[in-house]
Amino acid sequence: MTAYEKVMAARDAKKLTAVDYIAHMFSDSFIELHGDRRFADDKAIVAGLAMLYDTPLTVIGIEKGRNTKERMERNFGQAQPEGYRKALRLMKQAEKFRRPVLCLVDTSGAYPGIGAEERGQGQAIAENLMEMMTLKTPILTILIGEGGSGGALALAVSDEVWMMENAVYSVISPEGCASILWKDSSKAPEAAEALKMTAQDLFNLGVVERIIRQPKAEDAAMFESLKMLIGRTLEKNLSLSPDELTEQRYQRFRKIGTAHLQP
Amino acid sequence: MDFFAFVKPKNELESAPDAKQNVPFIPEEMWVKCPKCNTLLLTTDMEENLNVCTHCGHHFRMNTKQRIALFADADTFVERDGEMTSTNILDFPGYDQKLEKARQSGNESVICGVCRIGGVRTVLCVMDAGFMMGSMGTVTGEKITRAFEFATEERLPVVVCSVSGGARMQEGILSLMQMAKTSGAVKRHSDAGLLYITVLTDPTTGGVTASFAMEGDIILAEPNTLVAFAGPRVIEQTMRQKLPRDFQTSEFVMQKGFIDAVVSRDKLKETVARLLKMHGYKEAAQ
Repeated sequence: MTAYEKVMAARDAKKLTAVDYIAHMFSDSFIELHGDRRFADDKAIVAGLAMLYDTPLTVIGIEKGRNTKERMERNFGQAQPEGYRKALRLMKQAEKFRRPVLCLVDTSGAYPGIGAEERGQGQAIAENLMEMMTLKTPILTILIGEGGSGGALALAVSDEVWMMENAVYSVISPEGCASILWKDSSKAPEAAEALKMTAQDLFNLGVVERIIRQPKAEDAAMFESLKMLIGRTLEKNLSLSPDELTEQRYQRFRKIGTAHLQP
Repeated sequence: MDFFAFVKPKNELESAPDAKQNVPFIPEEMWVKCPKCNTLLLTTDMEENLNVCTHCGHHFRMNTKQRIALFADADTFVERDGEMTSTNILDFPGYDQKLEKARQSGNESVICGVCRIGGVRTVLCVMDAGFMMGSMGTVTGEKITRAFEFATEERLPVVVCSVSGGARMQEGILSLMQMAKTSGAVKRHSDAGLLYITVLTDPTTGGVTASFAMEGDIILAEPNTLVAFAGPRVIEQTMRQKLPRDFQTSEFVMQKGFIDAVVSRDKLKETVARLLKMHGYKEAAQ
């Protein structure tokens, strides 16, 4: 597959969304928790508590919706400041109870609208980046579709970041990049190559730790092995002291790209 | 018959005076037109007035040299990591040429160092609109991160003067990662109980707004500064929404609750110096 074909696959309306993953992995143990306690409940972000075997988790997902009606309700998975603040509220709650956090990311980006700007989209994302870096409980992020820029990163300052084999993660959409740089959005396929946004590219750059084979809805065994992998990773990080954990997270981001620094 | 006689120039002395000839010759760089009030200003007058229009108070952009001179006490600024500069890590088409052109302005889109502000030893980072519109690449993020780490070690306050079009897309995901890295360094500095003041200048947008620019203990901005995550063009194009008047100006963003104070340029240094002292930072021995 070319990079742009992967972009298309990541955007495919038929692929599994965050609520599908939650249903397949946690079935009926999931209890959804709503709202940022400040302004509203952003339905682009679905969050709550679930049991991973016998360990309670905080699960936070960006949800695009599975049909037109849902997609409208979920704002096509473009979160507003309230969504990021809801996520942070629940991460802080997880920290209090030393409960690991699992984030499932699938978004074309944070919502670029008037209301979102008025209510501090930039500030909301910035606060998540800061607070997640020192959150004293394990955080694992899995990119299950699109990872669109700051809107994805706001749930991905984690101990490890994994990607589905056909997920993408980028600072800008290939269409946006092509239209800004080359004044021609039809050059998106070239931009997709240049941006190095596929799971394999990002693994090579040290931005993600693991590439996961895309599970299919009917494939219970694959979800089971994904659950075991998540469990093992969170368990390993739970065994670290809070200081060791946050130091490891800081160093993870500290070293990305530094091999190329000159002088 | 001379068919073209009527278009032939007449005798020089007879010709109507050309309006242009009555304007005294002024070299281009000697004057500048204020984009807000259209007044023609002598460049020297404008520069003496801190790059502010003497007529309407419009704040022109400053280069890094002017910006450092605005904040740092005379001859106190010592640059750190000044020789670091970006490379084309991803082999992105056209990036090498863009970097080469940008280097006419400086080595990178931010200059970091230590100086005194009103006598107080302070880490100062000044972004450079002349270097690829202040976009944040790996080196930008690294320099800012090192500046905060140094400040944390030395227990110094930090002042960051932001101007940025956002993340540098020619560095792909690595530019996005700078948002996390710089935020982490700001958080450690903050957790050490140290003061961070941001000064937002026109324009501050995208990934810089969504990271260190909005993470100050105190966030100041110059008047009529564009402060946005998604800039006005992005919103108009992707959402087809008509924007309210004065949307995303620093005054508007302050009214919405995200900026502590809008401070005109002539008061900026004094304000920052007072804030530093109010947080217990003392004037260093000369």
